[in-house]
Amino acid sequence: MKRHGTNPIRYSALSILFNGLRGNQAWTPAWRQPEPKPHYDVIIVGGGGHGLATAYYLAKEFGITNVAVLEKSYIGSGNVGRNTTIIRSNYLLPGNNPFYELSLKLWEGLEQDFNFNAMVSQRGVLNLFHSDGQRDAYTRRGNAMRLHGVDADLLDREAVRKRLPFLDFDNARFPIYGGLLQKRGGTVRHDAVAWGYARGADMRGVDIIQNCEVTGIRRENGIVTGVETTRGFIGCGKLGLSAAGNSSRVAEMAGLKLPIESHVLQAFVSEGLKPFIDCVVTFGAGHFYISQSDKGGLVFGGDLDGYNSYAQRGNLATVEHVAEEGKALIPSLSRVRMLRSWGGIMDMSMDGSPIIDRTHLDNLYLNAGWCYGGFKATPASGFCFAHLLAKGTSHDTTRQMRLDRFERGYLIDENGQGAQPNVH
Amino acid sequence: MASLVPCPHCGARPKEEFTVKGAAQVRPAPDTDKKSWVDYVYLRENPRGRYEEFWHHTSGCRRWLVVIRDTATHEIESSCDAAFAGQTDART
Ligand SMILES: Cc1cc2nc3c(=O)[nH]c(=O)nc-3n(C[C@H](O)[C@H](O)[C@H](O)COP(=O)(O)OP(=O)(O)OC[C@H]3O[C@@H](n4cnc5c(N)ncnc54)[C@H](O)[C@@H]3O)c2cc1C
Ligand SMILES: [Zn+2]
Repeated sequence: MKRHGTNPIRYSALSILFNGLRGNQAWTPAWRQPEPKPHYDVIIVGGGGHGLATAYYLAKEFGITNVAVLEKSYIGSGNVGRNTTIIRSNYLLPGNNPFYELSLKLWEGLEQDFNFNAMVSQRGVLNLFHSDGQRDAYTRRGNAMRLHGVDADLLDREAVRKRLPFLDFDNARFPIYGGLLQKRGGTVRHDAVAWGYARGADMRGVDIIQNCEVTGIRRENGIVTGVETTRGFIGCGKLGLSAAGNSSRVAEMAGLKLPIESHVLQAFVSEGLKPFIDCVVTFGAGHFYISQSDKGGLVFGGDLDGYNSYAQRGNLATVEHVAEEGKALIPSLSRVRMLRSWGGIMDMSMDGSPIIDRTHLDNLYLNAGWCYGGFKATPASGFCFAHLLAKGTSHDTTRQMRLDRFERGYLIDENGQGAQPNVH
Repeated sequence: MASLVPCPHCGARPKEEFTVKGAAQVRPAPDTDKKSWVDYVYLRENPRGRYEEFWHHTSGCRRWLVVIRDTATHEIESSCDAAFAGQTDART
């Protein structure tokens, strides 16, 4: 394998000891800062989790190494570094479930695969229910999961109480009836995912080009010949768009109008506390979810702010609403201080499900519409998008995630909410 | 988001009184072709910048408004009653 610049470090217990003894002054960068070449076989727009994973699998699994990932800012500056790190595969619909289960399986082997500690923690994801109707819905979902070979356990009220005694079980409006638990779900250190994939892709010859914004897509005779960027024109054989949150803007450069709106979602972290919540819990009566990071901070979030936005910040009313829901579920939160909050811009698709597909241009491929569930999808999204780019055909698990499903009437609408992205 | 939304009937009111519907698009005629309907229901310009959208003053006059807002700065340019879209104009 041809390498440019310094060799990447191979992490091991020994290298930590060695570098520790040398005052941690000898670590070298985990990936290069290459100048763009005039032409690549494949260019990926967007150095988020999905773009980096795509490049990694293109090189590792499909033998395509003349690849560039173009990122307008620094890698990890987008949603991959802004999400609440939850992974799970508790989906109901056949168009979604096998894909997310593939992703969970890839998470389970990821750290060995890219030799990087991503702190994959299968601490369990528990979705609470608060009425008989909701219990029925979760039973159905659990059964659908099991039929797909995915683990799911229905817990009654007492089983939930045993696990999380501090929840408000007798909330007058939304008492807790039980929960659907996916034990294999959990959390992952999000930045490390970007770094691990970046390092693994770079090692195999992929150029990760930061501070390089794509500003135009050059086309000749109905095919893409390359992209205009803030660092000049770069030619390509195939172009993959993976610009989460900005997909509409980038697709528009190729004359493509998408079934997507950009919305802001906020996340929150509290001061560090002693171990308190050992799994991910979601409040079924509103949209509140919470887990505890390894540093001790409570990581939580809620609904979209509700209006279209490209500003990576949200509104105070949503902060208040999320805090109220949190307190309704866990009364003892009332004395916890919130440390930080931030927002990320996501592609909300018209049915709440993603798109991994070809487009109207022969060598232009689209990976978009990940809504607020795209972090868990990172490995499978990268793998399946690489499959599509390399082979020209959809991976089996993404067969239904087509761009034309809307006009054909084959939506993958998990929540049954219709084409109203701000309520998904 | 601006914390106050101007309503042509009620004046500047807290954003929480309103419900956002989304893109203020013109509904196609019932008998128009399928493509226009697919466009209307599913496809969005999703601009970064000036955007016309429907807001409902749910906890106020309960009228539908067209609010012109910037999706990058969140600044509201103007609003008017949807029934008179483009005719009346309530400035902040
Ligand atoms: C607050 C919050 C909480 C979330 N919580 C979860 C969760 O718990 N679990 C879960 O599964 N999902 C969650 N998500 C969703 C998840 O983060 C996203 O769906 C996913 O990260 C999107 O894929 P990505 O990592 O590739 O996106 P990004 O990291 O956003 O990558 C896209 C990249 O494209 C770049 N880009 C855009 N335009 C251009 C251009 N013109 N030229 C070059 N580069 C460009 C951007 O700078 C960005 O780095 C959450 C999202 C948010 C905002
Ligand atoms: Zn009003």
